[in-house]
Amino acid sequence: MIEPALSIKSLSKTYRNDVVALDGVDLEVETGDFFALLGPNGAGKSTLIGIATSLVNKSAGQVRIMGHDIDTHFSQAKSKVGVVPQEFNFNKFQPVLEILTDQAGYFGMGRRAARDAAEQCLHQLNLWKRRKQTPQELSGGMNRRLMIARALVHDPELLILDEPTAGVDIEIRRSIWDLMRRINEDKKTIILTTHYLEEAERLCRNIGIIDHGRIIVNTSMRKLLEKLKEESFILYLEGPVTAPLDLEDFSYKLLDAYTLEVVLSHGKTLHRLFDLLNRQAVTVLSIRNKANRLEELFLTLTGQSVEPS
Amino acid sequence: MSPSHQIIALRTLVAKEIRRFVRIWVQTILPSAITVALYFLIMGKFIGSRIGGVDGYSYIEFIAPGLIMLGIISNSYANSVSSFYSCKFQRHIEEMLVSSMPNYIIVLGFVLGGVARGLVVGVAVTLTAMFFTRLQVHSLTLVIVTATLTAALFSTAGLINGIFAKSFDDTSIIPTFVLMPLTYLGGIFFSIDMLPDFWQGVSQANPILYMVNGFRLGILGVSDIDLSVALAVMIGLLVVLFLLSLYLLTKGVGIRS
Repeated sequence: MIEPALSIKSLSKTYRNDVVALDGVDLEVETGDFFALLGPNGAGKSTLIGIATSLVNKSAGQVRIMGHDIDTHFSQAKSKVGVVPQEFNFNKFQPVLEILTDQAGYFGMGRRAARDAAEQCLHQLNLWKRRKQTPQELSGGMNRRLMIARALVHDPELLILDEPTAGVDIEIRRSIWDLMRRINEDKKTIILTTHYLEEAERLCRNIGIIDHGRIIVNTSMRKLLEKLKEESFILYLEGPVTAPLDLEDFSYKLLDAYTLEVVLSHGKTLHRLFDLLNRQAVTVLSIRNKANRLEELFLTLTGQSVEPS
Repeated sequence: MSPSHQIIALRTLVAKEIRRFVRIWVQTILPSAITVALYFLIMGKFIGSRIGGVDGYSYIEFIAPGLIMLGIISNSYANSVSSFYSCKFQRHIEEMLVSSMPNYIIVLGFVLGGVARGLVVGVAVTLTAMFFTRLQVHSLTLVIVTATLTAALFSTAGLINGIFAKSFDDTSIIPTFVLMPLTYLGGIFFSIDMLPDFWQGVSQANPILYMVNGFRLGILGVSDIDLSVALAVMIGLLVVLFLLSLYLLTKGVGIRS
């Protein structure tokens, strides 16, 4: 039987100021999964990750990594997990290569093996040319990649990334996405927290949503998106619309003469919409979602107010 | 984590600590050598020549072991407190906390880092002392044992200070207001036989007295304190402080919420 990559039972955390960050969380992430852990600010995501990686003390409950309990078999459990924290936590004065070889050494890798692993990770993350520089000499995007390299240097089976693309430009974000996909294809389990819901939708197969210290959704991305009752699309037209359109029971509004917003409710198809537009000689140049689908669901599930996009 | 992997992890941490203080040797090693040279010049040459001998040795010979110990104590303490607090402040202590290293290896790594700096400074101060006086060694084993035990003891104390410290100011309060007075009153510059009975009794409550005298016995062959008592005090305190620092780290005091 394959053990889950992460198994959490009745996990609770109450901070000294009586703030309840986690309230009896149960969660299981299967080995090989690409799992998104989402939640509003203060929902308990970072606390959960902190407990799983020994950076936060739990109040109650059980956490197992690849079948190893973090309390009774902490060494085995920790050797299986790599973590990319939200904020930079390097020794600013230590050269990049040294950061990685030391990290490998902390996991018991001999000097030669540590050096080889560090070199491999630096090549993989495109940081080899920066190996003699210190983190304070690197850009924000390079430091993000360095954190991923450091988390990978001991070859963990489970990689936990806490908002790995926060504050990086689009090019670097895409390269980090590609990297995460490759890591996952390499049979490593990934748990990702992010505020970019598009990122979660593109990358992850399964999703957990945490709110007020409780898991409120734990399902596959596909099943979750099926719950979406309606979806809004923006259509850019070739010519101006001068008269009201007959789109049967599709609700729509004209944002301007060349831009149409259409709401597609459950059961209706884009094919049918285009058919109706075609009959009225309306040509569509391009189309996009008004908002990210997962974002709409997330806001509904967590009861947050929807901000204008 | 197997014992061999633990040794690798410990070696990695100690090597990192040594690289750290060697990289900034102008701040970590040189000042002690200069300070002690000034002590030898002023206390030994200028003032000492008027004081006369103590326990059959010239004053400069008598204070030499204590001044070497002063360098070892202050530097082993400073290394642990500054290194651990810096790790906390920059949050790269998390590199160790997320690894599979047991907590006792982390404690041992920081302690041995402090011991290494204390001993390096001890050697530097000894070499400086040799410009001013002839140093004989009565028992090399005792010199090494007392120097290492003292460095380990104060390195562990520094680590505990680093664990509790919440600001850079907190890292200098204990060295300034506790460690320095105890060190100066610990028999570096005088024999407790020179003190009135009451102050002799008070001095015996100062743990540094035992270390300075243990080390002086190793160098000169004279001491105010029985060697077995001195060693028992050092080993006892070291065990207590080591267990305390391990407990604090395991509980996550100052590092885990």
